Amino acid sequence: MSEILRVEHLKKIFPDRDRGDLLAVNDVSFTLKAGEKLAIIGESGSGKTTVARLVTRLLETSSGRIYLDGEDIAHAKGTKLKEAYKKMQMVFQSPIESFDPRLTLGDGIMESLLNHGLEKEAALAECQKLLSLCGLSREFAHRYPHEVSGGQCQRAAIARALAIEPRLLILDEATSALDVTVQADILELLQHIQKERNMAYLFICHDIALVQDFCDRVIVMHKGRIVETGTPDEVIQSPKEAYTKKLIDSVL
Amino acid sequence: MAELISYEQVDISYKGQRIVHNISFSLHEGEIMGIVGESGSGKSSLLRAALNMLGRDGLVTRGDIYYKGLDLPDLSPAEMQKICGSEIGMIFQHAGGSFCPIRRVGDQLQEILEAHGSPDQQENEQLACELLTRFGFDNPKRIIESYPFELSGGMQQRVAVVAAMLLRPKLLLADEPTSALDVTVQKQVIEEMLLAREIFGTAIILVTHNMGVVQAMADKMLVMHQGETVEQGLTASIMKAPSSPYTKRLLSAMPKLRR
Repeated sequence: MSEILRVEHLKKIFPDRDRGDLLAVNDVSFTLKAGEKLAIIGESGSGKTTVARLVTRLLETSSGRIYLDGEDIAHAKGTKLKEAYKKMQMVFQSPIESFDPRLTLGDGIMESLLNHGLEKEAALAECQKLLSLCGLSREFAHRYPHEVSGGQCQRAAIARALAIEPRLLILDEATSALDVTVQADILELLQHIQKERNMAYLFICHDIALVQDFCDRVIVMHKGRIVETGTPDEVIQSPKEAYTKKLIDSVL
Repeated sequence: MAELISYEQVDISYKGQRIVHNISFSLHEGEIMGIVGESGSGKSSLLRAALNMLGRDGLVTRGDIYYKGLDLPDLSPAEMQKICGSEIGMIFQHAGGSFCPIRRVGDQLQEILEAHGSPDQQENEQLACELLTRFGFDNPKRIIESYPFELSGGMQQRVAVVAAMLLRPKLLLADEPTSALDVTVQKQVIEEMLLAREIFGTAIILVTHNMGVVQAMADKMLVMHQGETVEQGLTASIMKAPSSPYTKRLLSAMPKLRR
């Protein structure tokens, strides 16, 4: 199976004159195969979200390499970055904040389609198709983010991320803010899409139980470093590191 | 044993729209009750109603909430002030937001004790330190001298539990006390609340959307959906054999760890 993402010796330093620089991500390396679901777990402050933001270029990498489909995008800008976004898209924790409040959900989804060269008619048709794939009826295209529930908005955010058929989806706590029943629905949707399009997921999450059911492989992060990696069952049933053990023991 | 608090057929409305309907339950001393439901089910309003904290638009439109024989929604603000804190304590989801940001933790604990009639500052500080130590803080002096923002979110929440227990209330109302916390910190806060019951015999009403927390803490539970009771009873029996389809759905949607 081919590799979609390879991260090598990734580092991120946040400068802080008063308290000394913060090494948020420290020498992180991992790979993600096409169609694989990889989870990064850890407590808040462990650096998992920073990794997601470095990979998606929302933050500037201090050092290290990020290969997306063989191409180094660690410092990509402009056209090169735009090309990269055709291959990877991101879904955030707070769906309502990730949409422009002045645009309807339909316009929000169509924006990326139009940006990538579709005609208006075709974009509209595609948008309707995406909404129905994500379990929303046509009329949601005309609603504003504040007019729908958190779960519906997250479905629309997933629809938007899928618009340009990326091969990698980066989900940063994408279900953490949702009620458990809604969370279960969204996960089912993600499973369904993954099978249909053979997409790779980088799934950032603090819920270990959820990861066990959803992902193929898991990375445990602690204080900016990867402390353990393996299949979810390996890591959960026989953790090697003390920190992983503590994390698992805390789950109710 | 006499009932400490009882909700009797309570309805709550906001701006004339009914959002809680016909909720009844009661709690004895030292008992822990978990109220679960999804967002918008009315569970937080139920807690707020006990302390007349529904705001200008909210109102208990039917039923009574009795605490030691007093009908809480009928109390005057002055009468409520006497009960609030000393008899009934409360903790919220974001403890950081319930502390004053520009004053040290110690001063704020001091204020609680002063407001309820203990003017001696030194005695108060000693009392606060003692309680912090009892709740497992290694260095109570450091906590007292800190500003809230100097503590982590988990630490703030743990201090909030201590602040709520300072006056040794008979009843603690906890609204999503662990929902903003990491699993490891969540466990500490749960242990702290259980310790509060062990030391002081405090009864707790715990509102949460996390079934795991209820399972770890509560003797009894009540499941709410769209403002109404779906099911209530002993936690162990509901978890084992839920009778309503909604509870079954909630339980099956909850990710479970296979160890």
